[in-house]
Amino acid sequence: MAFEGLAERLQGTIQKIKGKGKVSEQDVKEMMREVRFALIEADVNLKVVKEFVKKVSERAVGVDVMQSLTPGQQVIKIVQDELTELMGGEQSPIKFNTKPPTVIMMVGLQGAGKTTTTGKLANVLRKKYNRKPLLVAADVYRPAAVQQLQTLGKQLSLPVFALGTDVSPVEIARQAIELAKEEHHDVVIIDTAGRLHIDEELMQELKDIRALKEPDEVFLVVDAMTGQDAVNVAESFNEAIGITGVVLTKLDGDTRGGAALSIRSVTQKPIKFVGMGEKMDALEPFHPERMASRILGMGDVLSLIEKAQANVDEAKAKELEEKFKTQSFTFDDFVEQLQQVKKMGPLDEILKMIPGAGKIKGLDNVKVDDKQMGRVEAIIYSMTPAEKTNPEIINGSRKKRIAKGSGTSIQEVNRLIKQFDEMKKMMKQMTGMASGKGKKKMKLPGFDSLFK
Amino acid sequence: MSFFKRLKDKLVGNPTEEEKVVAMNEEEATEQEQDDVTVPAQIEKVEEVSVTESPIETEIPGTIEDQEQQEVAIVEEPEVEKKPSAWSITQKFKAGLEKTRNSFTSKVNDLVARYRKVDEDFFEELEDLLLQADVGFETVMELMDKLRFEVQRKNIKDTNGIQAIISEKLVEIYEQGEEDLIELNMQPKDELTVILFVGVNGVGKTTTIGKLAHRLKSQGKTVVLAAGDTFRAGAIDQLQVWGDRVGCEVIKQSEGSDPAAVMYDAIRAAKNRKADVLICDTAGRLQNKVNLMNELEKVHRVISREVPNAPHEVLLALDATTGQNALVQAQTFKEATNVTGIVLTKLDGTAKGGIVLAIRNKLHIPVKFVGLGEQMDDLQPFDAERYVYGLFADGLDKELQNNED
Repeated sequence: MAFEGLAERLQGTIQKIKGKGKVSEQDVKEMMREVRFALIEADVNLKVVKEFVKKVSERAVGVDVMQSLTPGQQVIKIVQDELTELMGGEQSPIKFNTKPPTVIMMVGLQGAGKTTTTGKLANVLRKKYNRKPLLVAADVYRPAAVQQLQTLGKQLSLPVFALGTDVSPVEIARQAIELAKEEHHDVVIIDTAGRLHIDEELMQELKDIRALKEPDEVFLVVDAMTGQDAVNVAESFNEAIGITGVVLTKLDGDTRGGAALSIRSVTQKPIKFVGMGEKMDALEPFHPERMASRILGMGDVLSLIEKAQANVDEAKAKELEEKFKTQSFTFDDFVEQLQQVKKMGPLDEILKMIPGAGKIKGLDNVKVDDKQMGRVEAIIYSMTPAEKTNPEIINGSRKKRIAKGSGTSIQEVNRLIKQFDEMKKMMKQMTGMASGKGKKKMKLPGFDSLFK
Repeated sequence: MSFFKRLKDKLVGNPTEEEKVVAMNEEEATEQEQDDVTVPAQIEKVEEVSVTESPIETEIPGTIEDQEQQEVAIVEEPEVEKKPSAWSITQKFKAGLEKTRNSFTSKVNDLVARYRKVDEDFFEELEDLLLQADVGFETVMELMDKLRFEVQRKNIKDTNGIQAIISEKLVEIYEQGEEDLIELNMQPKDELTVILFVGVNGVGKTTTIGKLAHRLKSQGKTVVLAAGDTFRAGAIDQLQVWGDRVGCEVIKQSEGSDPAAVMYDAIRAAKNRKADVLICDTAGRLQNKVNLMNELEKVHRVISREVPNAPHEVLLALDATTGQNALVQAQTFKEATNVTGIVLTKLDGTAKGGIVLAIRNKLHIPVKFVGLGEQMDDLQPFDAERYVYGLFADGLDKELQNNED
């Protein structure tokens, strides 16, 4: 029951405006409707969605459509740019105190993954930052929360400070900071109990811990699957204790994770880490652009578009289009196409970036053989110029020679010629349909079948 | 609207003075006279809904099928007061949903105040409200269609009274004409009932098991718990603490052992001790982890091999704060373990858990319990009408007051 991504949603609207030089206000409005739905289905808060859509609409109206790209893609690119920007352009590192110990507080709702994240964070601090962290078990409410942190400490061979469940969390935190100073732990990570943001008593407790020693970082730990309520949670925690950053957990699930956008836009605090699994090393830095694609439910179109822009020579594309129309497409052109695609990177990587490709059954597992592309090239290079322009003249003995010259078999040569013919036939049909409209999009029908 | 009056009377145990209620009834009678075109339709509706009410009706003596009987019920007021359970549960729902109502219902009230007329703008705003309750896009659209139709059919022009129709339609979407299945599938005496808990990480499975054990224990059943979460650090200890609190045995192995083996042991232990109920905990797992879902299938298989027709209940714990992904969770867990019911946890926060409407609507999995706090007795049977009432309580109160004025 996967939800439709933005790309699929926009498909219908895009069909209508294909070939238009400019996107009209009405077109944008229609597309923005789809953007809105896509974001809501991704659990982005409705208010945030509305603001966002407004901003994007302003940018999208009247934008010139880039050569060779459809307006739809252009809109997607704008949406994605904005999303990425909104979620914080660059990485923000952990702030360490110049006078150790650095105090980090972990806060959040029940079951968000605070304790697990505490363990993972300590692991990162030790491995990447070469620190000596002390874990503090300040969750005295949930049964066995202290044991959980102690077990994690044992797994990681890191010290855990615990005073059982009869001492107040504030006292535990105080003593832990004292101990850290004595034993020269340069980072103290306090794992607090999960609490509802509306529980005033427990929120006061957090304020009290905060008052002990101004923490250098207060991380709000949020479940990536959180729905519309993410805004309330983030706002309340931020207002009450002032968070400095966000850790998004359980992102290894299949949620779109719109909560990331909601939280970011109401708190303006950076998302610092994402939890990507249950293992202790599964804590990764946050990548805004990846999150943007994820929220939109699409592959990494941004990179694909950029790659296409960087590598496709517009003039050549035009020329090719003419050849499609006039049916003068030859093996030479074909090889050129191959090379353009190759310039964009390994084929399986490109496939992954195509929106919806992940959804096509089997395609996600397909191993695209780049060598196969090389063989196709070899076959073509073994043809004489006459054969390349007039494949019809290729007879049995010519095939034999081509196969020999390219180090392939006659069967392979046969297959390529057959596929090339089919491709030409399809192109004829397609250009016939789109004649006059000036097809801008370059597409090679049947191209994929070459590599199967 | 009369349905909601009755619902309210019933739920709050009707603490109002007799006069007031009589006045209400009179008011309603006049209203009905004025509005005789729509009367048949309304009555029809009332009767329709009253069928689905039966679970509550059995709880409170003197519950009513029609107006006359309602007055009888009011006369029997003292008796109603002797039964505070319905009232206190509703209070709990109300308290648990306090924030929910503050944010959601007050918005509905604003909406009604702002829009005197039921027009497209009104519907659009309402749509936004529901979307913010995590109800989800498709379900909201379905509801809006129904509402539009209903409004047209009853020729409703102003926003007075629209709240009642909204709640009614919400309940309708949820129940889909199916009977409400909140009862657990308990086996006859001397036979073991096996309940399996599943869900993603951090939704509150272990806590809910503790609460459910307490609930069953207070009904006089002997309960055994199986510590099937052998993965997460401290999970076994956590269940043990609950076992000690509630006073029931916990069957466990060491951390990292095969959960299916734990289940096997637990079933034998439960049979030996002639326990009534065995509640099985499992490790939280994200539904897209194929291996972990396979492991869960294996656990399920082992249980059904050891006890025919078991597990009798597979309860999916669902965090009320979860958004649209909950639907995918329900779907995937259903495929793996044939989920029979949902426990909606953490409903005492500001989250509304509106996605349960979509889950019931699409996958036909009913919500059986809701978690309304961290105490042992904070697990309550789900009641669609109460749930919706909890969402709309303020609005309905006001509406009733307005009618009385």
